[in-house]
Amino acid sequence: MTELLTTAVTRRRFLIGAGGAVMVMAAPSARAQFVAEGEARSAAMRAAIKAIVGENSLPQGRIKIELPPLVENGNAVPLSIAVESPMTDADHVKAIHVFTEKNPQPNVAVFQLGPRAGTADIQTRMRLADTQLVVAVAEMSDGSFWRDEVEVVVTLAACLEES
Amino acid sequence: MISRWRIAAALAVIGATFPAIAEIPMSERKSGYDFMGKQTQAMQDDDTANAGMLWVLDGEALWKRHAGAANKSCADCHGDASASMKGVAARYPAFSPALGRAVNLEQRINSCRAERQQAKPLAYESKDLLALTAFIGRQSRGLPITVADDAGTRKAIESGRATFTRRQGQLNLSCAQCHDDNWSGRLAGAPVTQGQPTGYPIYRLEWQNLGSLQRRLRNCLTGIRTIVPALGAQELVELELYLMWRARGMTLETPGVRP
Amino acid sequence: MAAARALINVPPKARRGEVIGIKSLISHEMETGFRPNATGQLIPRNIIKEFVCTYNGVEVFRAEFFPAVSANPFVSFTTRATESGTITMTWTGDNGFHASESVAITVE
Ligand code: HEC
Ligand code: HEC
Repeated sequence: MTELLTTAVTRRRFLIGAGGAVMVMAAPSARAQFVAEGEARSAAMRAAIKAIVGENSLPQGRIKIELPPLVENGNAVPLSIAVESPMTDADHVKAIHVFTEKNPQPNVAVFQLGPRAGTADIQTRMRLADTQLVVAVAEMSDGSFWRDEVEVVVTLAACLEES
Repeated sequence: MISRWRIAAALAVIGATFPAIAEIPMSERKSGYDFMGKQTQAMQDDDTANAGMLWVLDGEALWKRHAGAANKSCADCHGDASASMKGVAARYPAFSPALGRAVNLEQRINSCRAERQQAKPLAYESKDLLALTAFIGRQSRGLPITVADDAGTRKAIESGRATFTRRQGQLNLSCAQCHDDNWSGRLAGAPVTQGQPTGYPIYRLEWQNLGSLQRRLRNCLTGIRTIVPALGAQELVELELYLMWRARGMTLETPGVRP
Repeated sequence: MAAARALINVPPKARRGEVIGIKSLISHEMETGFRPNATGQLIPRNIIKEFVCTYNGVEVFRAEFFPAVSANPFVSFTTRATESGTITMTWTGDNGFHASESVAITVE
């Protein structure tokens, strides 16, 4: 859950319950809508991946993504990507595409590299609006595509600012 | 999504264990850093990954910039900050005999702005004030937090301690109930921690920005649904001072990174 | 457009053919365009869209960013040290955003 990606649907609130307890939660009426939107967004991710991969097969392998098992804050999630490749003129990674399932937009970033990179080893930080699937696709110089995916759990930061 | 009852339950535990307010033994004190995941720790440790360094660099540029009617830069009077400002942030807030009250680093910087540079004071949480504070703080990174021992300082610490241990707000919770008594617990899936002031100003991932200790304290005050004093309020300065005293001897990490 | 502050890390010296790590950080809010303001209106998108690294004028790495890239974007990648010269990083984005930073590298 992130400040920036927060839609009205996922906005966190401190609420005072009958017992005087603090609760951090999404507005309940919006919950069902969120689930429905989640389905639609997953479809958006599939479409975004298809736009890159076309009719090619997309086996798991050669590419590895690493994200913390439990994300402390969805605003800046450290992401590492490595692809097994000799990175020669004849055989290298051309691009790496990163997608998410439930962010408002499925695309995260595209990295274009070539033999001069030496390795295909990238780190960046991304936003995750919720617990969801992150998918990375490696596009190779031989025209093949490879994928890796990770399910990430996003926790909430407590003691938020009134916004 | 975090379910309601988990948070309600977490707070119920905190509320139920309130009587045992005891200060954390010196040897058991831990920075918020120690509670973070290794990836977040790595963000703080690596200067090129630590976004707080962007403000430090801005602060370095401001340090050398001429300003105000006096047309002087900080460097004109203080020279090389790595020598003149070393250890300074580690002993603020400090009691000012001239003013008869404790002042924090932001206020100390602003008094030089006003009196020495004859320039307009910088607004609290403005980019420039945060940058100068981060730059001066950086000169004390790795140094132990120290607090002076004089009557004025002691009085201000006591006043900060009173705020820290007072139950307040609609939730009727004190800072101490969370940060002294339940620091090994979790709230909404995140560690509560001891609320140590070791990294300020911090780059907080939640803010996607650098922010002061007072901003952080105001977040906690908002959380317990109490009246939140304005930035710069004396009550917050004294609370900062109490937190620094409570953290005396711990290492300053500025600019820290926190979730 | 506010002046951006960038922080890049490239080893000053490398052996010919060595694979070196490059890290970059730049100040930018990366406003997503999906976030409502206090009155419920969406705050317009304001992001860095492109990051390019050239080595003596030849492009060696490029990234395209979407709003899901965190504020104050950080990217680390590698390149092969081929010759002495200049490594330049350029960021461009919405509202005419443009920033550039160069460092020298000596290759032996
Ligand atoms: C005209 C000279 C002058 C300029 C310009 C000036 N200062 Fe100062 N500053 C002083 C003097 C003298 C003191 C110590 C005496 C005092 O308490 O006023 C001091 C004290 C300080 C202290 C407290 C140091 C300590 O050991 O407690 C800080 C922090 C500080 N200045 C920061 C700044 C910053 C930041 C700037 C630029 C925005 C600045 N100063 C500009 C003269 C100057
Ligand atoms: C309901 C429990 C609760 C109460 C009451 C509370 N806090 Fe916090 N506080 C937290 C949580 C959770 C965090 C976030 C995790 C962390 O950094 O400790 C936090 C963070 C902090 C931090 C940041 C620590 C760091 O590593 O940068 C400070 C400082 C702090 N609190 C001080 C206070 C003060 C002072 C009060 C009283 C005005 C207070 N808190 C009241 C739960 C609480």
